[in-house]
Parts: sequence; structure tokens; C-alpha cells
Amino acid sequence: MEQARKRLATVWLALLALLALTVAGSFTVTGAASAVVSFGVAAAKVALIFWFFMQLRTEKGLIRVFAVGAIAWLAILLTLVTIDKVTR
Amino acid sequence: MVDQPYSTVLQQREAATMGMFVFLGTEIMLFGGMFAVALGLRLTHPREFVDSSMQLHVWIGAINTAVLLTSSAAVALAVHAVRARQFRATSVLFVIAAVLGVVFLGIKAFEYATEYREGLLLPPVGVQRLFMDLYLVSTGLHALHVTVGAGLLAAVAAFAPQRATLVENTGLFWHLVDAIWVFLYPVLYLAR
Repeated sequence: MEQARKRLATVWLALLALLALTVAGSFTVTGAASAVVSFGVAAAKVALIFWFFMQLRTEKGLIRVFAVGAIAWLAILLTLVTIDKVTR
Repeated sequence: MVDQPYSTVLQQREAATMGMFVFLGTEIMLFGGMFAVALGLRLTHPREFVDSSMQLHVWIGAINTAVLLTSSAAVALAVHAVRARQFRATSVLFVIAAVLGVVFLGIKAFEYATEYREGLLLPPVGVQRLFMDLYLVSTGLHALHVTVGAGLLAAVAAFAPQRATLVENTGLFWHLVDAIWVFLYPVLYLAR
């Protein structure tokens, strides 16, 4: 009980630390490295939100598949946009 | 309390959670269109995109990100409380999360007003106009979701804090609204 609350508080602190990291990164790196830092940090934050806050860690496999299914479709959309733009 | 056509509470809960994630999938695809536009704009006009992004107020966006992350943490604690049958705590935590949602909207309104005063919100034609239009539409659509989410949190806190599945699914919606902002922030504010 108490442990679960501590875990959520730790995740919250980790999210704020990642926010600080991404803001710091925006002042220090540019170009491709900046994109890697900002999207890497965003992906890490969303992973923490899905896993701990949205409780996927205690859900069964099928629910997890439904939770991240849209990300696969989104990946197709973004990949095709990229291919179209860079090969034109 | 088990309703038709379910035979157990667990099965009913699982169906509700799965249905909620299917709905959240449609939300991810709705905002996915915005992210696809941002990607296309950045690949077509990389330098102008970065220049436009640097005009935005990084710190206002950062504060708003912290506000949403904190309200999400409150919702996660509320879900934890409802499972422990502490309905009073669930209610209070949902109200805290809803108030933080309203704080987010207030800061966002202040930000829009500041940008309008600076002549940034509706710049003349050009890539910056395309960027700011995307900014306005995507953050506006997100603000609409925050408004609906805060209303839902307040309603559940007031009328049904003891209904665990409703509390969980309202929480899932709020976490997704938070997760979308977590990506909107670097896409719009932190392009360098």
C-alpha cells in the first residue's frame, strides 16, 4: 500500500527530472542530436506514464497490445510521410 | 455489480479497460495527424521550422508540462485510493487533478494572449504562419481535451468516486491527454 504510493511519487519525480533534462538539452544541443534528445526523453516519459500511471504493469498481455496498438499505426503514418518527403 | 453480458466482475472490468484503450487509440490517431503535419513541415522547411519554434515561450511550456505531469500523478494516486476503497481520498485527488487542469488552461490562455500581443499568434504568410497555425490548432485541440478531462474528473469526484471502473477509465483518459502534451511540447517548443 505505502510502497505503491512511494513508487508513484518516484515516477512523478523521474518525470520532472526528465522534463528538466529535455529543457536543458534544448539550450545545449542542436540539429539531429537535439531531435534525438527531445524525442528520446518524450518517449521515456510516455513509457513511464503508460507503465506506471496507466497501470500497464499489472494488466494482461491483450490489454497491453490494445494500449500500444495505435502506436504501430502511427509509426506507419509517420514513416510514409518521411519517405515521401525525403525522396521527392 | 455485474451487468449483462458479463459473468464476472473481472471480465467486465477487463472489457471496460480494453474499450477505453480502443477509444484512446482513436485519440492517438487524431493527434497523430497533427504530428504528421509537424513532421512534414519540419522536413520541408527545417530551418524556418526551428526559427519559428524558437519564438515560442519555452519556460511557459515547461511550467505547463510540470503542471500536467503533477495532475497525472494525482490521478494515479486516486486510482490507487479507489482500489483501497478510500473514496474520500479518491474524490480529493480527482479535484486536485481537475484544478491543476484548470491551472494549465489559465497558463495556456495567458500564453496565447502574450503571443497575440507580440504579434506572434497570427504572423503574415510564410512558413512561420504555417507553423503558428499548426501550433494553434494542435494546442487548441489539446486544450479542448483538457477542458473535457477536467470536467469529467470533477463530475466523477462529485458523483461517483466509489465506482472503481469509472475512476480508472477517467484516469486513463487524463493520462493520455498528459502523454499527448509530453510529445506536443518538444515537437512545437523544442525544435533546435
